[in-house]
Amino acid sequence: MSTDAHGNSKFLQHHYDTPAQQFSAAKLGMWLFLAQELLFFSGLFVAYGVYRSWYPDAWVVGSHLLDYKMGTANTCVLLLSSFTAVMAVRSAQTGNQKATGNFLLATIFLAGCFMVVKYFEYHHKFQVGYLPGQYFAPHGEGLVEIVAAARETGVNGVPFHLRTFFGLYFVMTGIHGLHVLVGMFVMGWMWNRNRKGEFSKRYSTPVEMTALYWHLVDIIWIFLFPLLYLID
Amino acid sequence: MTVEAEAEAAMHADPHHIPADADYLTYERGWKSWLTTVDHKRIGVMYLISILLAFFAGGVFALILRTELLTPGRTIMEADTYNEMFTLHGAIMVFLFIIPSIPAAIGNFVLPIMLGAKDVAFPKLNLASLYIYWVGAIFTLVAITQGHIDTGWTFYTPYSTRADASAIWMTIGVFILGFSSILTGLNFIATVHSMRGPGMHWRRLPLFIWGTYATAVIQVIATPVLAITLALLAMEKIVGVGVFDPALGGDPVLFQHFFWFYSHPAVYIMILPGMAIVNEVIATFSRRKIFGYMFIAMSSVALALLGFLVWGHHMFVSGQSEYATMVFSALTFLVAIPSGVKIFNWLATLYQGSISLESPMLYSLAFIALFTIGGLTGLFLGTLSTDIHLHDTYFVVAHFHYVMVGGTVFGFLSGLHYWWPKITGRLYDERWARVAFALVFIGFNVTFLSQFVLGSRGMPRRYYSYLDQFQPLHMTSSGGAYILGVGFLVMAVMFAKSLKSGEKAGRNPWGSAGYEWQTSPRPHPHNFAEQPVFTRGPYDYHLASERELFTGTDAEWDTQVAKKAEA
Repeated sequence: MSTDAHGNSKFLQHHYDTPAQQFSAAKLGMWLFLAQELLFFSGLFVAYGVYRSWYPDAWVVGSHLLDYKMGTANTCVLLLSSFTAVMAVRSAQTGNQKATGNFLLATIFLAGCFMVVKYFEYHHKFQVGYLPGQYFAPHGEGLVEIVAAARETGVNGVPFHLRTFFGLYFVMTGIHGLHVLVGMFVMGWMWNRNRKGEFSKRYSTPVEMTALYWHLVDIIWIFLFPLLYLID
Repeated sequence: MTVEAEAEAAMHADPHHIPADADYLTYERGWKSWLTTVDHKRIGVMYLISILLAFFAGGVFALILRTELLTPGRTIMEADTYNEMFTLHGAIMVFLFIIPSIPAAIGNFVLPIMLGAKDVAFPKLNLASLYIYWVGAIFTLVAITQGHIDTGWTFYTPYSTRADASAIWMTIGVFILGFSSILTGLNFIATVHSMRGPGMHWRRLPLFIWGTYATAVIQVIATPVLAITLALLAMEKIVGVGVFDPALGGDPVLFQHFFWFYSHPAVYIMILPGMAIVNEVIATFSRRKIFGYMFIAMSSVALALLGFLVWGHHMFVSGQSEYATMVFSALTFLVAIPSGVKIFNWLATLYQGSISLESPMLYSLAFIALFTIGGLTGLFLGTLSTDIHLHDTYFVVAHFHYVMVGGTVFGFLSGLHYWWPKITGRLYDERWARVAFALVFIGFNVTFLSQFVLGSRGMPRRYYSYLDQFQPLHMTSSGGAYILGVGFLVMAVMFAKSLKSGEKAGRNPWGSAGYEWQTSPRPHPHNFAEQPVFTRGPYDYHLASERELFTGTDAEWDTQVAKKAEA
């Protein structure tokens, strides 16, 4: 462990007195960041709640048009990735550099799987015309599916506000997907820092903060999944 | 010394060691050292310059507006241009000036010093927030070139969903500015929690810090809601998601709910820091321990929390449920309690204090008077029956200008005059500062008192033209605006002269017991050359030593001590 003239470790920034102080500041800062993330998504959840209570038919039919199997698969993938993220933190705390790197890679891989599944889901929606708002124009197979879903759920005709449902579906999952991509990028960065040996038993704060962020991305999906896919 | 020994010594030397007599402005030089600095003081100074430029731009738009309103019908511009002007005036003043003004510029400079910290908790994030501010400012400038933005600063749908591309640029700009504000708030909360120097416990925190802390909480919790609202609005315009546009099944009133869920707490982002400055100035210029310390501190926190519960009072006539309006009206009246607590505590601090009326104090006293008018007229608007008459009239305009300008801007000016010697190391010409104050105070009141009358007689806000009977009052208001403009011009010249040839300030030119005055005239890059230990509160004049309260330079102090020793 290299130290400077004050006997401080090199990871300690000049304006802090102790590593403990630096860690507690970083942790508080990260939780505040997560709080603002939560409030950021809260607007979407409120909009969802308002329009679901106004247009229940559109919501039920819309939910039936989503592929709950793919949604379930993605939920499992994200839950597993949260586990590997925790293991990366644990390995970093115990100073196991190799395991830290591998667990980070595993998390990135699972996040990638999530995005691939998401891509197939989006692709299908685009093809059959389930586009947001003003571009909503189901045709062919898309129209057939809507009629089938409406019959199944006892709704008369094609609800006009399906376009609002898909508008919110794309905005909510899209912004969540963006957060997944940012998470992948940050974990890649952490993997590189770990490879250079920047983390040790005494200092693993960045890995821990990244994992905190990743858990938030996970937990938001845990709310998105039932709200969008599993309405009856 | 051999080369090896020299290299060895260099390796072991503390890379962050800075001589004790260094000061933050001159320690490093060149524009690169400014753009890459992580020193909160330099970042504060860059913020200060940026927001003053924004204030100038917003002020010019205001004068253009008032000139157009000299006569009914066309005076100098077409109605479309007029709409664009009041939108730009509002958006620039709110998002580029008032919100970052006190926290990001003055707060950045003094908050860590007051805590006895070397810097904020996340210095790089602090610099990032400034860069994000600049990027947001560029977007809003681009918006001006991309069409006619005529939505008003509130971006209400469906105006904004039907506006041209400039609205997209403006929305994205404000979205970006929001993140700058969030990062500043986040940084301040973490700093107050984890960077307090030895002896600085929560009951010793200067009240300026309590105020900025409460502000920071709102910044972190409320701003992301604005961010998602504007993101939805931008997506509405780009891909037509149909959340706010009634043509696509969306609800414009939902936009208003979302917008005010941020923008009402944002009113407290604007006013709390102004109040925070008044605390410091009142205590210093009354030479008295602040009265009711904990009450003032907690009233800031209470305002921050109550601010989240009253957004519906902006929407009494928008068609929201009448039960909701009653609840929002009742909650709105609660805001008067913590505001009143502050006013009465300040008055009690002044009582039997040894008051000296220097320019910072003049602005703070004006703050108390003007904010009281602004606050009490708010009750007219919070009352359901009177609001139906006064809604969307000049009465509202006058009310919020009394709070935002009479409150926040006067607080900001008070702080700017108060900390000017600490920031620049120079004194300014007190006589000219008082002249400027007189002009600003008179100009402001002439401008906006007449608008209270206009509004109560039914003059709607944002109108390009008006009935002939309103002309005398409109001309009075415009005349006041010109006096206000001249006042700011005098102030600008006064400060410029101080920068160029102002007398060098001592460490503590006001004789304040506040901690930030115990640093060298222009603070050390690490604020204190040695870590201070706090053994008294920031308003404990009875515990402060003679040296701490000494208003001259250190050399003068040394001669005084030597003389005493001789005697």
